[in-house]
Amino acid sequence: MQTQTEIGYNSKIEGDVVLTTVDAALAWFRKNSVWPMPMGLACCAIELMAVGASRFDISRFGSEVMRFSPRQADCMIVAGTVTYKSAGFLKRIYDQMPEPKWVIAMGACASTGGMYRSYAVLQGVDKIVPVDVYIGGCPPRPEAVLDALMKIQEKIGKQPILRGTVAAKLLHLEEK
Amino acid sequence: MATVQDVEIRDSAARTAAAAEELQDVQGEKMVLNMGPSHPATHGVLRIVLELDGEVITKADPDVGYLHRGDEKIAENMTYTQFIPYTDRLDYLAPLANNVAYALAVEKLLGIHDKLPPRCQYVRVMCAELARISAHLLGLGAFAMDTGAVTVFLLTFTEREKIYNLAEAASGARLTTSYTRIGGLMRDVPPTWCDQVRQFLKEFAVALNEAETLLTRNRIWVDRLRDLGVVSKAMAIDYGLSGPNLRASGVDWDLRKNQPYLCYKDLDFDVALGSVGDCYDRYLVRMEEMKQSMRILEQCCNKIPGGAENKSHEPVSVQDGKITLPSKQKVLSSMEELIHQFMLVTEGVNCPPGETYFGHENPKGELGFYINSKGGGTPNRLKIRAPSFINLSILGELLPGCMISDVPVVLGSLDFVMGESDR
Amino acid sequence: MSALKSANQIKAKFGDLVAEPTEFRGEITLKIADAEKIFDVCAFAKSIGFDYLVDITSIDNYGSDPRWTVAYHLRAIGNGIEIRLKTNVSEEKSELPSVLPVWRTANWHEREIYDMMGIRFSGHPDLRRILMWEGYPYFPLRKDFPLAGKPSDLPGVAFTQISPMEGGPFVTVAGGNDSIAREPRVRIPETDSVEFNARIEARADNKEARGRAFGPGPIEKK
Repeated sequence: MQTQTEIGYNSKIEGDVVLTTVDAALAWFRKNSVWPMPMGLACCAIELMAVGASRFDISRFGSEVMRFSPRQADCMIVAGTVTYKSAGFLKRIYDQMPEPKWVIAMGACASTGGMYRSYAVLQGVDKIVPVDVYIGGCPPRPEAVLDALMKIQEKIGKQPILRGTVAAKLLHLEEK
Repeated sequence: MATVQDVEIRDSAARTAAAAEELQDVQGEKMVLNMGPSHPATHGVLRIVLELDGEVITKADPDVGYLHRGDEKIAENMTYTQFIPYTDRLDYLAPLANNVAYALAVEKLLGIHDKLPPRCQYVRVMCAELARISAHLLGLGAFAMDTGAVTVFLLTFTEREKIYNLAEAASGARLTTSYTRIGGLMRDVPPTWCDQVRQFLKEFAVALNEAETLLTRNRIWVDRLRDLGVVSKAMAIDYGLSGPNLRASGVDWDLRKNQPYLCYKDLDFDVALGSVGDCYDRYLVRMEEMKQSMRILEQCCNKIPGGAENKSHEPVSVQDGKITLPSKQKVLSSMEELIHQFMLVTEGVNCPPGETYFGHENPKGELGFYINSKGGGTPNRLKIRAPSFINLSILGELLPGCMISDVPVVLGSLDFVMGESDR
Repeated sequence: MSALKSANQIKAKFGDLVAEPTEFRGEITLKIADAEKIFDVCAFAKSIGFDYLVDITSIDNYGSDPRWTVAYHLRAIGNGIEIRLKTNVSEEKSELPSVLPVWRTANWHEREIYDMMGIRFSGHPDLRRILMWEGYPYFPLRKDFPLAGKPSDLPGVAFTQISPMEGGPFVTVAGGNDSIAREPRVRIPETDSVEFNARIEARADNKEARGRAFGPGPIEKK
């Protein structure tokens, strides 16, 4: 069962009162404050920095806090070529991120190894971490990165949050 | 009930002696800190293993190779033209400069690097200088951001977006341009390009002035950078530094002046030299280089053969069917051009057997390509002499003695990029 | 040309060890016959003004002996003269003296050559891998190592797998005589160069080789 994403709000009738489900509200808070962990490895990192700069402003999505510490981040953006030497620490950093976490594979190199079919390049970061959104391009335009962020936001909006938590069990929110 | 213990209050002399004794025990240990590959201030994937004595670094061992993608081996399996996109991704802050460097290296092997059409030379110089400004801007922005001055980062990125617009107008791509070809360019610049460059220069002068006002005489900036990471002249030459790092140590070596290529002989510009060789000098040299690049761009806009709109249809590629792809109309109607097109695409440009080295003045230093060819369209060995790789080797000698908070300053001032260093 | 003058100075000092300087595209190259003496030649070169080491390159002449060629590119910063020293090392030996005491920049260059080609440098204080990780079992830039890589596993450190090449890379082999020989085809690293070099020699079965649908054609001797 998918949670409602609609937040019923009509100011003329309800005034300042919003009626919605807890899940929808939590999802709305979450998706408008996705804190990325920029795993900026190569050229895509430069376009990622351009997304964070003033022209393409990732701040309007609430994501300008590029947290380099995995413990404080939601979404890991793998930007650049992942080599076999880098694979170890990348997986370790992904493991250190707390749930819920998402991964964006930015660019051709992160998605599939790109044009580097050689002995040293991991052919796609999805071989070691589960990826939610792939962005094509070499490097992808900053607008494409923002589009991927919007897709992540859509995904977060549909994610059931309360189900399976301790609070849900206590309040008997699950159907028997 | 808790027992009450006697508290012994010793006099000051005894306390000092006890503290010194404690310190002796602690001083025996040194901490090993891993400034790991994923770090905001390491400008890419660089790992430095630091040995610390308190805050002071006693040993530093840089560990590179986290972005080693096998470019040199890939080059042995590609024709010369097919390798051009890989050169974009070497120093990805200045891809146009890398393209120019590689094209010139292959043209030197062919023997035509001083026989290029004049318009091609001017456009290539303009691309290289725009790339230089772009790379120095990002280096400066990231450097300032690492030390805490975040405003400069946003300022420089706004200017870089304008350079991206210019690159996109010329080649079609913002970052990875792949603009040059063996023997010339992919295509001529659009007619309004030179006006756009002039407009950019006007706006950039204002922004550069602003960045200078924010940083150059800033008390905190100067305090953090002065007398840090001093590289003497002899050390710079011995360690093979190049580019702004070498010139900041006082060595007068600029490939554009000492081994002129393209049309740099006809252009009037100065070379910025430092005196001390510390981080502040390296910062000043880069700022001055950007100003000189503006001078060069201005002159090129005025002197470009054919004018901005190329009304006289000056060629931008060598008019040799064995080197440059012929026009599509000719290919589809004439046999000779069809054969040329076929040979060039399948086998690549037929280079003579032999070996050459060509060094180009890249923003990071001297980007050199050593091509060993056995004839034919693929190289036998292509070695990329990466300036960042060699600039990084000095870290082992430069960092010990600094405090740990000086590490981002030294790294930023050396201005390296890992894509180039690891190839 | 000043580079020629310096080259002749080096030749005068070392006599038969150094071959006649050759020139190509304005660059002077000197071949050093014995790789063991490279340190002495480099030290002498530094004393006559070549204080800047631009690059050290290793080349794999797979299929011919000696297998390794190491090229040193020197420059004199004062007057801008450049010169190239080349020396050959056989595969059985795979070792030559380090020039680290002459130029400190040679440190990382030699580590990289060891990492990529497997040529050792005697006298190097810290010869370990620099681009690949410690414990990687192969030397990637050798001609008999495939571009796709070979699988390896170092638990806790790193692993490698084969890249999908779909049978390729399909590329011309340089130097073939006719266009059929030069057509892009599947490169088989192990046999590529051996066949290529075998055809250089004047062999009776060469006539059969010409026109066959694989491998490069014979090369005319200069």
